Amino acid sequence: MSMVQTVDNIALLPAYLAAGTAVLVLLADLLVARARVTVSAAALGALATAASAIFVGGGGERRTFCVGADCSYVFGGRAALVAVLVALLTLGVLGLSGPLLRAGATPVGEYCFLLAASMTGGVALGAAGDLITLIVALETLTLPLYVLVGLRRGSLASIEAAVTFFVVSVVATTLSLLGAALLYASTGALHLGRLGVLFAEQPELLDIPLTTVAVALVVVGLTVKVAAVPFHAWAPTTYDGAPLPVAAYLSTVSKLGGVVALLAVVQYALPARTTGPVLALLAVLTMTVGNLVALRQRRTVRLLAWSSVAQAGYILAPLGALALAAGRTADARAAAYAAAVAYTVFFVVLELAAFAAVVALRPAGADGGTLDELRGAARRRPWAAVGLALALVGLAGLPPGLAGLFAKVTVVRSLLDGGAGWLALVVAVNAVLGLAYYLRVVAVLWSTDRPAAVPTDPAAVLVRAKPVAAVLAAATVVALVVGFAPQLVLDLAAR
Amino acid sequence: MSGVVGQVLLVAVLAVPAAGAAVVAALRHDRAARLVGTVAAGLTLLAALPLVAGGDDAGGAGTDPSPAVRPWHQVDLPWVPGLDLRFHLGVDGISWPLVVLTALLTLLCCGYTLWKVPCGGSGRALVALLLVVEVGILGTFLALDLVLFFVFFEVVLLPMYAIIVGWGGPDRRRAARKFALYTLFGSVLLLVGVLVVVTAAGTADIVALTGGTGLSRGPQLAAFTLLALAFAVKSPLWPLHSWLPDAHTQAPTVGSVILAGVLLKMGTYGLIRVAVGVAPEGAEWAAPVLGVLAVAAILVGSLVCLAQTELKRLIAYSSVGHMGFVLLGVATLTGTGLRAALIGNIAHGIITGLLFFLAGAIKDRAHTGDLADLSGLRDTAPRLAGLLGFAAVASLGLPGLAGFWGEAFAVVAAVRVGGPLWLTLAVLAALGGALTAAYLLRLLRQVTHGQASPVVAQVGPGVARAELLTWAPLVLLTLAVGLAPILVLGVAQAPVDALLSGRP
Repeated sequence: MSMVQTVDNIALLPAYLAAGTAVLVLLADLLVARARVTVSAAALGALATAASAIFVGGGGERRTFCVGADCSYVFGGRAALVAVLVALLTLGVLGLSGPLLRAGATPVGEYCFLLAASMTGGVALGAAGDLITLIVALETLTLPLYVLVGLRRGSLASIEAAVTFFVVSVVATTLSLLGAALLYASTGALHLGRLGVLFAEQPELLDIPLTTVAVALVVVGLTVKVAAVPFHAWAPTTYDGAPLPVAAYLSTVSKLGGVVALLAVVQYALPARTTGPVLALLAVLTMTVGNLVALRQRRTVRLLAWSSVAQAGYILAPLGALALAAGRTADARAAAYAAAVAYTVFFVVLELAAFAAVVALRPAGADGGTLDELRGAARRRPWAAVGLALALVGLAGLPPGLAGLFAKVTVVRSLLDGGAGWLALVVAVNAVLGLAYYLRVVAVLWSTDRPAAVPTDPAAVLVRAKPVAAVLAAATVVALVVGFAPQLVLDLAAR
Repeated sequence: MSGVVGQVLLVAVLAVPAAGAAVVAALRHDRAARLVGTVAAGLTLLAALPLVAGGDDAGGAGTDPSPAVRPWHQVDLPWVPGLDLRFHLGVDGISWPLVVLTALLTLLCCGYTLWKVPCGGSGRALVALLLVVEVGILGTFLALDLVLFFVFFEVVLLPMYAIIVGWGGPDRRRAARKFALYTLFGSVLLLVGVLVVVTAAGTADIVALTGGTGLSRGPQLAAFTLLALAFAVKSPLWPLHSWLPDAHTQAPTVGSVILAGVLLKMGTYGLIRVAVGVAPEGAEWAAPVLGVLAVAAILVGSLVCLAQTELKRLIAYSSVGHMGFVLLGVATLTGTGLRAALIGNIAHGIITGLLFFLAGAIKDRAHTGDLADLSGLRDTAPRLAGLLGFAAVASLGLPGLAGFWGEAFAVVAAVRVGGPLWLTLAVLAALGGALTAAYLLRLLRQVTHGQASPVVAQVGPGVARAELLTWAPLVLLTLAVGLAPILVLGVAQAPVDALLSGRP
């Protein structure tokens, strides 16, 4: 074998651009040292990354870093979708960061650099073709977040959040790596496709306890990133302690990353017979516990955090259909993966809109606050309140949030295709639980009661930040468009 | 009427109120917005009425020699192929009366709001929400695609919640919440049921699915169970009815009218068109259970009404009993029973709409709905008392008024099915009919007769012109449907026969 590999640089173009953005931001901060320039550089970089991903993804699948038939970097339809989503969501989060950065307590250069670095991980993640690339990309996505979460100077909650996140996440990575190593030990393969072929050809591999342990470790490690119950406990603390835009990033890009990684190993590498039951159980636990605990939350971001735990359950649910033989036919499997991806896309759009609205409704640089602090917000900021209401109603899966409605329909449909009617019923009943707390938030926004002795800080006036409004408007418009034309998302997800 | 005109009208029935709602929401001037909303509701009614014309010639146009659903007009456009969702609308004799009733009641409610806005939010927001609710209800009646039916079914939920929360009575939050969660529970079951059918049959087209072709027994039983539960929550069928009294009592007058008048009909209509239509074997299997529950609803509803002390709550509970008759008619699965259900639906919509308008008027004047504080309305407000008497007598099923046909023929249908179970059910339902008379006469005795109570003594005799204009169509329709039930039954004859044609 030749020692020199040919590298397909076009396949790597989005990743280059994302990494280049990080470098550019660092240089801009060093040389120009003006906040506006730094943020603009990051935004332009994110846009360029998204554009290049569309360009490269439009031209068919590209593979590189190949050993024989196995490739470590496969930039196909899904990778392009993930890269575009990550880049655009990063752009959105940058827009939401305006008030936070202007409030002055956060170093602009570091903030933008870390976001861009994290984006690089996300862009590479979708294309990962082996377990090492996958885990490294996921870590590149997560590592900058440890710092970003703790970036709110002088806030104990922020530091606590960062430490919690760090500890849990590092343990999770260790588990995944251990699992990957054990898989390598028992099969001799690391490429996702190769593993899939091996498990299909030699079912006796599964009889070795070591393999089962390895599969379990990989899956568990990745579900931590998705914040699935019982590995969810970090999420509410971390989201609530982090600056609002970073919480938005955690619940959209970071969650998307976890889902993509999990999908990659479940779809291509690991045997569905083993992962299916585990994922079904995780899905049921995740949505039920997430929804039940969300019912009792009094703090806005904690409520959103628990709701996003529950939403992770809906994302995992289609994969739970793999537990049954009827769900493991080629058609049913394809439908299940497509449904999980489609639900994720609908979810991140709505979640970004929800966070954008919360940022718009809160004073500059403030945390999410309690629900009582949002009381009557519709009178002060009617459009932002409408945006939040639309996003939450969408997350609940009801019209006029048609995007969320079709997301639920897609999931239930794929479950019934896979013969998992019981899981479809669990999803359905959970939707009712979900409405209970989403409706509470919406009702609070329009409540006419006087706030129950909320200390109002006279200095904390609402800022009308244009980028925040733009992000909210863009996310809402996208949610409405995919709500009326969900086929767009379904087509992209099935690629 | 040519096919294109029919299609344009079909789309207009949904597009006009939707556009109206958007315009109303965008207008700044409150009264102008309410006027625009009323005009939009009027145009919707005008678009809905001529749909009946030219119906028959379109019937045999289908390629299928005898489709069980023969829409007079239909529009069929692809929307989301990945979910088997088509924008497929159609109208026939089962849906047309309900479409007209919905358009009429919405027009009356919008007009009523022009005259009087219940305290709470702004009038234009209320009118906009009423129009959105109308879109959802009309869409549900017109949808000929199962997934589309579900989407429209869901559209109604949140605007109605907002109407109750925004303009309702003192306990509105709890009532609205209960309404939203109960009905969402129903509609998620509907979602699963609908998708069970769609995945098993590979199509969501109601026209193709009706008659149970393409579905084997297993999926039919599963689908019917889920669908019947979903519609039982909406109708509502005892014991899933407990959201109804709270929501109806706390909602503003116009909200109660829409809720009782047409929203409940989405449940019974769905039961006939979707559950019985798509899963006839499942329906046959579950019919006895449905019949027993329907009769239980009649008896429980009537008995609870006898013990009510609040005017609106009593009328709300009376809906449980009346819808019990409708469901009994459906449960017999006979032509007579289904026609009784359809006319019962319409009659209940008209009469209960009127009753809620009158109850609202009385509560607005007397500032209380407590039956103990109301008496002697006949002395102080004879016209109001007379109208209340008329509506109550119509509601108890006096022959010659609209309420009679549905209830009498539901019992007749049950007798005709025969067998000990159905005969018992028929006897019990008839007994329930007698109880209905008992509580409505009790209501009349308490409210209209006797000495004028202090609160009633302050009530002026006058009835505003706007009120008369709102109530007159309902009074006239009560008489018209009562004297000439052919108005409803004439158009429903063929589609009901077609629906049952596949049965052995």
